Amino acid sequence: MNPFNFQDTVQLQLLANDLRQEVIRILCESKSGHSAGSLGMADVFAVLYFNVLSYNPKDPAWKDRDRLILSNGHICPIQYASMAYAGFFPKTELFTLRKLGSRLQGHPHTGSLPGIENNGGPLGQGLSQAVGISLVCKLENKSFRVYCITGDGEHNEGQIWEAIETAAKYKLHNLIVIVDRNRIQMDGPTEVVMPLDSLAEKYAAFGWNVLELDGHNIPGLLQGFEKAKLNKSAPLVIIANTIPGKDVAFMENSYDWHGKVPTVEQAQQALLLLENIHKKIADVKN
Amino acid sequence: MSEQSNGFLKKWNAAAMDLCPDPFRPSSFGSTRDGFGKGLLETAELHENIWVVSADVQESTRVHWFAEKFPNRFIQVGIAEQNLAGIAAGISSCNKIVFMSAFAAFSPGRNWDQIRVSICYQNSNVKIHSSHSGLTVGADGATHQALEDIGILRTLPNMTIVVPCDFEQAKKAVKLIALHSGPVYLRTVREKSPVFTSSKTPFEIGKFNVYKEGKDIAIFACGFTVYPALHAAFELEKEGIDCAVIDAHTIKPIDQDSILFWANTTKLLISIEDHQVTGGLGSAIAEVLAETKTNAILKRHGIYDLFGESGECEQLLKKYKLDYVGISEVVRTAWNSLKVKL
Repeated sequence: MNPFNFQDTVQLQLLANDLRQEVIRILCESKSGHSAGSLGMADVFAVLYFNVLSYNPKDPAWKDRDRLILSNGHICPIQYASMAYAGFFPKTELFTLRKLGSRLQGHPHTGSLPGIENNGGPLGQGLSQAVGISLVCKLENKSFRVYCITGDGEHNEGQIWEAIETAAKYKLHNLIVIVDRNRIQMDGPTEVVMPLDSLAEKYAAFGWNVLELDGHNIPGLLQGFEKAKLNKSAPLVIIANTIPGKDVAFMENSYDWHGKVPTVEQAQQALLLLENIHKKIADVKN
Repeated sequence: MSEQSNGFLKKWNAAAMDLCPDPFRPSSFGSTRDGFGKGLLETAELHENIWVVSADVQESTRVHWFAEKFPNRFIQVGIAEQNLAGIAAGISSCNKIVFMSAFAAFSPGRNWDQIRVSICYQNSNVKIHSSHSGLTVGADGATHQALEDIGILRTLPNMTIVVPCDFEQAKKAVKLIALHSGPVYLRTVREKSPVFTSSKTPFEIGKFNVYKEGKDIAIFACGFTVYPALHAAFELEKEGIDCAVIDAHTIKPIDQDSILFWANTTKLLISIEDHQVTGGLGSAIAEVLAETKTNAILKRHGIYDLFGESGECEQLLKKYKLDYVGISEVVRTAWNSLKVKL
């Protein structure tokens, strides 16, 4: 059971906006990191941590918790922000990101921060770990689910496809993969660097169930995850079409912002943009 | 007991005396991969949280006995060593002890980053078993002769490296490493070799076994080279060269106390390994010696910055001087050259 179980679209939209603002602040403070993907996945993370995932922030090692494996570990700022808001650690600790002695390593380290399930960062590795956990879950008839977030550029790595094959072979219905389909990677647009389309057809050809969703449409995401939970036949992938840098206009859809952080001025500008959007969302509610 | 070996055996320490009735008439022949497979089966019967992951080499790496008996704890990932390592790490995160099994040329040969990040950095309870290591795979040639595996794993934090000397020790090692917390690399070979240790021979991770005392030279050997090293020591004794023989079965953590003891009681140390002379046992010993003042010098013997080649196992061991004749020659030459300097 999710400890928050937020159902209200506006509440989740406001929360995602708060998380985006947090990402901007902490990346500005850390002076290095990855902005675009972190912002692009804020809605998915809000939905996961505040509606979908079953966990207890006061008991991160609870054995029947859902596992969230972040394979593309470089977007960890959004995971750290979500975890702080969910009560895993104080929000003030977010500002230690990437600093000496911090539990918030530049790429997540499971031994440092309770609630982090895997060491992510070197791309392609997380999905194999998720498959390993799903195998135990299935063969021992456990009730939890395994969620694995991957990047689209990450699908350049051969290991991802090795893991996709294995999940299909063992019909891991408890495994739900979310692909951040933001169409950018370090050197440029994904379709220029190494074409990936049609990703949905590729997963389907490997024997997976596929859902393709708008990664910023909260009701759509809630419905998608509900549907994914009912899945009993094969592993399932949610291809979440997202806008990298979402809601910070000057960052949106630009691969330049994949591995870059805002200066103090840019951060102020970004926060203004995000606050305006926050007001608009709140106005709709009122 | 043969007449020939009687005098030799008197020089063995008490524990070693017990282990081997006659080193030149071994009780049987067996491979370390077989020892691993049998040990795994016995250990798995005691511990139901042991899982095994294989990369399309279940029979070759001797996990098929486990697979037949415990199909629900056995995962076959196919020819995918990177995935093998990641899946093993994932399973271990559910409080399991995982043995991942493949050929040394490919694991750790092509999944080093996965071993580094998903296994060592996570301190995952994954035991990496790799058979078909070294020159002894013979006819398959250089591509399949892993001679660098210890070197590439030895720099990884949290890693323990064990190279068993015979079937019996491999069997024993499995039981211990299953209970050892954290990543372990167990290096075995395909070829059968004399089984010269017994169920009574001591084995402790990180503590070398001394099979023969000696005052001139200390030979540190690991894996199947321990037996020919013993044989060589016996031959050299007839020539008046007195060698101690030490089974250096744990490369990491290295047994510093043993190395320094022999460095202070003999004049020459010799490392013998079926591995490049850089990165493996010889390097590990050199590192200990470099930081402490002793009178001994070290000769590293193994593969000298070369790739292997096709050939029958025995031919290769002869050519690369890893049989007892070759080892005798290497030791004799090093000793004579040292005497000239002295």
